[in-house]
Amino acid sequence: MYKIETKRKLAPTINLFTFSAEEVAAKAKPGQFVIIRLDEDGERIPLTIANVDKEQGTISVACHEVGKTTAQLGSLKEGDAIPNLLGPLGKPAAIEKFGTVLCVGGGVMAAPIHFKAKALREAGNYVIGVVGAATKDHLVFLEEMSKTCNELYIATDDGSEGYKGIDFLKDLITKKKIDRVVAEGPVLMLKAVADTTHPLKIPTVVDLIPTMIDGMGMCGACRVGVGGKMLFACVDGLEFDGHQVDFDELLARLKTYTLQEKVAKVFWEEGEKTI
Amino acid sequence: MSAPKPGLRKEAVPMPKQTPQERKANFKEVAIGYTEESALSEAQRCLQCKEAPCSKGCPVEMCIPEFIKLIKEHKFSDAAMKIREKNSLPAVCGRVCPQEEQCQARCTVGRIGDPISIGRLERFAADWERQHGSVIPEKAAPTGKKVAIVGAGPAGLTVAADLVKLGHEVSVFEALHKPGGVLTYGIPEFRLPKKIVEAEAEYIGKLGVTLRTDALIGRLYTVEELLHNFNAVFIGSGAGLPTFLGIPGENLCRVYSANEFLIRVNLMKSYDFPKAGTPIYVGEKVAVIGGGNVAMDSARCAVRLGAKEVKIVYRRSKEEMPARAEEIENAEEEGVSFEFLTSPLRLLGNERRTVKSIECVRMRLTEPDKSGRRRPVPIEGSNFLMDVDSVILAIGRTPNPIIKQTTDDLVTADWGGIIVDETGKTSLNAVYAGGDIVTGEATVISAMGAGRKAARAIHEFLSEK
Repeated sequence: MYKIETKRKLAPTINLFTFSAEEVAAKAKPGQFVIIRLDEDGERIPLTIANVDKEQGTISVACHEVGKTTAQLGSLKEGDAIPNLLGPLGKPAAIEKFGTVLCVGGGVMAAPIHFKAKALREAGNYVIGVVGAATKDHLVFLEEMSKTCNELYIATDDGSEGYKGIDFLKDLITKKKIDRVVAEGPVLMLKAVADTTHPLKIPTVVDLIPTMIDGMGMCGACRVGVGGKMLFACVDGLEFDGHQVDFDELLARLKTYTLQEKVAKVFWEEGEKTI
Repeated sequence: MSAPKPGLRKEAVPMPKQTPQERKANFKEVAIGYTEESALSEAQRCLQCKEAPCSKGCPVEMCIPEFIKLIKEHKFSDAAMKIREKNSLPAVCGRVCPQEEQCQARCTVGRIGDPISIGRLERFAADWERQHGSVIPEKAAPTGKKVAIVGAGPAGLTVAADLVKLGHEVSVFEALHKPGGVLTYGIPEFRLPKKIVEAEAEYIGKLGVTLRTDALIGRLYTVEELLHNFNAVFIGSGAGLPTFLGIPGENLCRVYSANEFLIRVNLMKSYDFPKAGTPIYVGEKVAVIGGGNVAMDSARCAVRLGAKEVKIVYRRSKEEMPARAEEIENAEEEGVSFEFLTSPLRLLGNERRTVKSIECVRMRLTEPDKSGRRRPVPIEGSNFLMDVDSVILAIGRTPNPIIKQTTDDLVTADWGGIIVDETGKTSLNAVYAGGDIVTGEATVISAMGAGRKAARAIHEFLSEK
């Protein structure tokens, strides 16, 4: 069992969980993920690692309640434990001295991008951070990011805080000499970032988290088209060359179970009511 | 060799089964199993040949006449114990072994009638033991030697059981959340109920093996790190990677690798959605590409998930199908149809990138080449479209590369399999391997046979030290 040591509310439906998982913590690096399962009937879901404390033997993940399993995780409290936590999975992110690195984190993924930004800063990079979200209320990890990054920019879809949308990125990357862009967040945001950096040929890596089951290369559900090749996000990623990714295919594949996901959530909520 | 006696009953006691009509709508086991009465009656037919030709056909060298004799004598628990001396997964083997090609193929009675139903009797003894309580055999004195096993599939569990009985301290590292490997994620509930796999793993736990789940070797610990804490390592990580065809359209929605499809259904119990959290979608028309047991399993799962029309698309003819005859027959009985000599060229989707049809071409077989094999070649102009709601690609599995990528100096073949010597030893000292990771996709029992051999070699190696 993996105990929830701390649970911190980051936004109305976003929590940061710290799990006791000593062996995983000893190995986990920025860019890697874990797969968790909450009970005997539970599905396996991937969550990107947002922090590691080797001394405490803990790993942190941020979770946005969207479907059944994320909502169920959101209902757990400090001191509760989950039966399954597998990791670290995936390849560690490329952390080296690139020069100036732009780290873009959208929504809940601002938490794991912070883990990468920290490592990139420690590797001697000048780190420019961008935190984005749908609205002001959904912005997370602003404090951490402002401490870690040399500069920080904020953007929201509705303009309730910072820039409206991410069009400002075009100006930013034209004005500053950026050597690398690292982005984590919703697929549409990743696509927009990659489209923005493409004309300037700025190397851009994006983290892809398609539907996964085992997370170790067995099912192939997470296959993505990258530069015309079929790759598995769980073992070849999560980082991919943003200018080569077939985002439209990924967006379509992510919608495969939209209906079932709604059914599962309603079924779970009804079950919770009867308890 | 014993001569068949006159008056011997030529017909085997039949296995009671759910009718095709019944079983199409449930995931319960198809074959119901022998009663005590039918087991006794079938055991009576065994001639107790001294030479035991049947045992020679068994990859784990079970003492077959001896356990059948114990059944005959009504000593069911002893029969199970006798089987367990050589076979750590009897309830599994009694169900999924291709006995018709192994023990039963050599049965003396088989020369004049049906061979003795060894598999059914094995299953009966194992099931009887599970229902009536198992006896844990005595172990050898502790040797103080520690062994790590990578993967809790048929090979790994066999090595674990064999070595723990010899007094070694054994830890099994399983990456998934349940032990069993392909027995758990691959073989469907209706052929091998998961509670049986769990019980077999539990028994191995009772023998004193430490079984860990959620531990992916290569990521959590490397093989090299395991060697710091263990005297030997056995790698039985299986052939878990799906193969794709390399044709256009494979990334369309509702195109599954058989691995994904079966993992959803078997490991994650999608058939119980939404109670089980993992969804699945088959729709009305399903095409399964491939002709092996995995294709049959996938097709039969699709039938049970409510598909109206399930087609197996295979590029050769029925004679070349690698699936067991029994499984093909079961699939046919359940309404699965076959498109032989047919090969897919591309998958076509709609505006939502969901698969809608397959462009296929008819094939013909060439005259046998030097190796005697008839190659399928396309018949020009025979292209046609097959409407589908989902597609399952069951065209083989290859080894998982994580261990290879994370273990320096481990010698592997071009196709990814680990290369071992005749004892199961790899290029690394104290590291052994067996099962599908060495041979490529094969049977449960051959993996167990490899495990048994490696266990012997590991024991010798540890005894020398």
